[in-house]
Amino acid sequence: MDIFLQQVLNGLVLGSVYALVALGYTMVYGILGLINFAHGEVVMIGAMVALTVMNAMAGMGTALPPQIVLAAAVVTAIGVCMALSFSIERVAYRPLRRAPRLAPLITAIGVSILLQNLAMLIWGRQYHTFPRIVSATPHNIGGASITDLQIIIIAVCAAIMTGLLLLVHYTRLGRAMRATAENPTVAGLMGVNINRIISATFVIGAAMGAVAGVLVAANYSIAHYSMGFTLGLKAFTAAVLGGIGNLGGAMLGGLLLGLIESIGAGYVGDLTGGFLGSHYQDVFAFLVLVLVLVLRPTGLLGERVAERA
Amino acid sequence: MKTWVASLVGLRRDRRALWVGYALVAFVLAVLPFAIDNSIGRTWVRVLDFALLYALLALGLNIVVGFAGLLDLGYVAFYAVGAYTWALLASPQLGLHLPFWVILPLGAGVAALFGVLLGAPTLRLRGDYLAIVTLGFGEIIRIFLNNLDHPVNITNGPIGINRIDPIQIAGIDLTRNHEFFGIAFSGAHFHYYVFLMLALASMFVCIRLEDSRIGRAWIAIREDEVAAQSMGINTRNVKLLAFAMGATFGGIAGGLFSSFQGFVSPESFILLESIMVLCMVVLGGMGHVSGVVLGALLLATLPEVLRHTASPVQQQLFGKVILDPESLRMLLFGLALILVMLLRPSGLWPSPTRRREFADTKEQR
Amino acid sequence: MSATQAALLQAHGIDKRFGGVVALSDVSLTIRQGEIYGLIGPNGAGKTTLFNVLTGLYRPDAGSFMFNGRDLIGLKPFRVAEQGIARTFQNIRLFANMSALENVMVGRHSRTRAGALAAILRSYRTMNEEQAIRRRSGELLEYVGVGRHAHALAKNLPYGDQRRLEIARALATEPRLLALDEPAAGMNATETAGLRKLLDRIRADGITILLIEHDVKLVMGLCDRVAVLDYGRKIAEGAPPEVQSDPAVIRAYLGGTLP
Repeated sequence: MDIFLQQVLNGLVLGSVYALVALGYTMVYGILGLINFAHGEVVMIGAMVALTVMNAMAGMGTALPPQIVLAAAVVTAIGVCMALSFSIERVAYRPLRRAPRLAPLITAIGVSILLQNLAMLIWGRQYHTFPRIVSATPHNIGGASITDLQIIIIAVCAAIMTGLLLLVHYTRLGRAMRATAENPTVAGLMGVNINRIISATFVIGAAMGAVAGVLVAANYSIAHYSMGFTLGLKAFTAAVLGGIGNLGGAMLGGLLLGLIESIGAGYVGDLTGGFLGSHYQDVFAFLVLVLVLVLRPTGLLGERVAERA
Repeated sequence: MKTWVASLVGLRRDRRALWVGYALVAFVLAVLPFAIDNSIGRTWVRVLDFALLYALLALGLNIVVGFAGLLDLGYVAFYAVGAYTWALLASPQLGLHLPFWVILPLGAGVAALFGVLLGAPTLRLRGDYLAIVTLGFGEIIRIFLNNLDHPVNITNGPIGINRIDPIQIAGIDLTRNHEFFGIAFSGAHFHYYVFLMLALASMFVCIRLEDSRIGRAWIAIREDEVAAQSMGINTRNVKLLAFAMGATFGGIAGGLFSSFQGFVSPESFILLESIMVLCMVVLGGMGHVSGVVLGALLLATLPEVLRHTASPVQQQLFGKVILDPESLRMLLFGLALILVMLLRPSGLWPSPTRRREFADTKEQR
Repeated sequence: MSATQAALLQAHGIDKRFGGVVALSDVSLTIRQGEIYGLIGPNGAGKTTLFNVLTGLYRPDAGSFMFNGRDLIGLKPFRVAEQGIARTFQNIRLFANMSALENVMVGRHSRTRAGALAAILRSYRTMNEEQAIRRRSGELLEYVGVGRHAHALAKNLPYGDQRRLEIARALATEPRLLALDEPAAGMNATETAGLRKLLDRIRADGITILLIEHDVKLVMGLCDRVAVLDYGRKIAEGAPPEVQSDPAVIRAYLGGTLP
């Protein structure tokens, strides 16, 4: 029972981050019908930029409290990622809005490759240590341990997701986003500036992704140029699991996927008599994806994709 | 350029000229390995051999993506299946040493089987979902290959399988050097001819498929699946056929790869390989048999070219190497994909109809 | 147009719901061999939905339909086509980047056999079949009047010719019943008259026609019998003059009594 609770807690931490990143994918897919492959790399760049800022500030020998340093790093990361995502949409995706389906998909893959390798050039191939800002002393809850950092991760993700829901349902921008996601042509006729809304969608997703990147790097104390890819893929799986285009679905899907992965990795050895070990963890995400798409393609909460004119 | 093409077209009408042209091409292809060997070196013959393998892969993926319009991002899985089938049946790993004319069809068959297994539940998904699922499948295959070394050692895990038997024809080991009629053939030369024959045969098969009842069915499905169904096409089976044929090509290429290299490991079958082959198809000219072969030859030789030029050039210009060839190659890939899709989506050498298809879309923007 | 002609298609009690919306409710109709049967009604009445049920695109929630003595409920669209029902689409669904000739050749798919192996080997029989396909497709293009566009891309054809091409493609499947979804939509008077001549010719050649249309003149002049749908229900059926003067029909189109 101990291990189960531990796995659940781990799963919640993992799942919160998945949910945050999944929202970025699901919002873009809901409006454009495009899998933004580059999103995972944007998350990674958020982590790397934050790392650079923190190292730079430490290097300058300032006596600022670590929380300020972290805040500065996160704000910079958010800014960079927003600008990056905005540019990607403008340069690589916008010209292809009317092209056959295959074209933006291939371009997205190209952007992903480009970003990953640029990151490798800028930050090198090595694994960077992410500074420990928050204490790592574990608290004991019913036999399982959870650190301050992990609690913060869950709390931050929850706060951001709540903020997003409030934005989408109670603001003018949110209303415009929902209208565009429903039917871009009609929304345009009603006076919504479609291009601006689409840019906003990308930018908001990127901001959340940047925070997610920092959280992941802090959790594992590692930042690396390849960390975005698998994370992105799994987050997309989570979005599909919950119902693509559906915000609540992305959150639910993220949490579920985190739990499935965590519990699965913990128990798969026992379940298969030692045949499969926990290094099959990644396979779980893919298996979930395949199963969901084959058995219930609209996801748990139903999909919401725009009617393309 | 246009007049040169026009004169070639004029040549087509003169049947004798056509045959002379064919003979010329055949002669060039026959002596090519020797020309390269004696000018730029043996390594480049090996590079050419690998390029021909990639041409096989590109032709296979072209059936799936180019003809039938199904985006497969995990094509490398079939390559891996073919490669490991050969490795398991012709190496010390399981102690089996079956001859090549048994293993190659077997590898193709196993790959085709995997194609059907993967395709059956997934081909009804819409385009982007199919892409992700196939991507996942490719990764799953790689992870299994990487981990099936315990509790029972089947694939030897990340270390891979080596000492794989080479192709042996009439007792002649094709990876060794032999002399015939006073001419020295190296392993690379032998494999060049084998791969070339297969590549030409594959092109022949693809060209015939394209202009046939099945080929039309594939293109119809690509254009409008609902209409195709309503016109009596069993879309599920026809799509499965495309998948299975693509997988077969991949499986054959995989087996050849195993025997040529003498060694396989999961490292050779990463996602990047799938994307590379997709690049070859897209950049070369999606759906155009000659175009994808061109794409394959270009992209397969590019890394080697970069390796030999990028570092020295950078040394000259900057005094040190900023971008190592590997990163440079990947950067260029990413950039190339984006630029081609934005500027010339029909590819470098598109079939005439495809160029019109993309051109009209551009006008609509 | 005699009442003793054999029934080709008999649909009985067809229901179709989408979530909470009732698209079709207890729709029954009988189409006789050799007639031209019209399906009319206000927009949203369920005409195309019924088409989609009859051609296998939708599975009905209840009801049955027999075609040529066979039960076709639940069959996939390609099987329905094999059985002898071919259709055109309201929004024209041609294979845009194939030539007109190739579009019609695709229509021959279910009546021909060459598979992948045959395509590669190109035996004598396969080549004969290909030639026959090409020849027949050319004939059909001439038959509908777009022979001069045989090698043009379908998407580049003028609108009226695209509609005719779609009919040619459907005819290539050797149907017993040709189901046309608004074939005259967007056509001017001359084009419509030409279409009418074509449909008469098709009927004379032994093919039964089921037709959704809004063009009243065309329907009245062409159809032997007409069924009227409104809000998913059949509210009238019979020869055009009867249906035209049926009060229920008038109410449906004009929306209730005036104050």
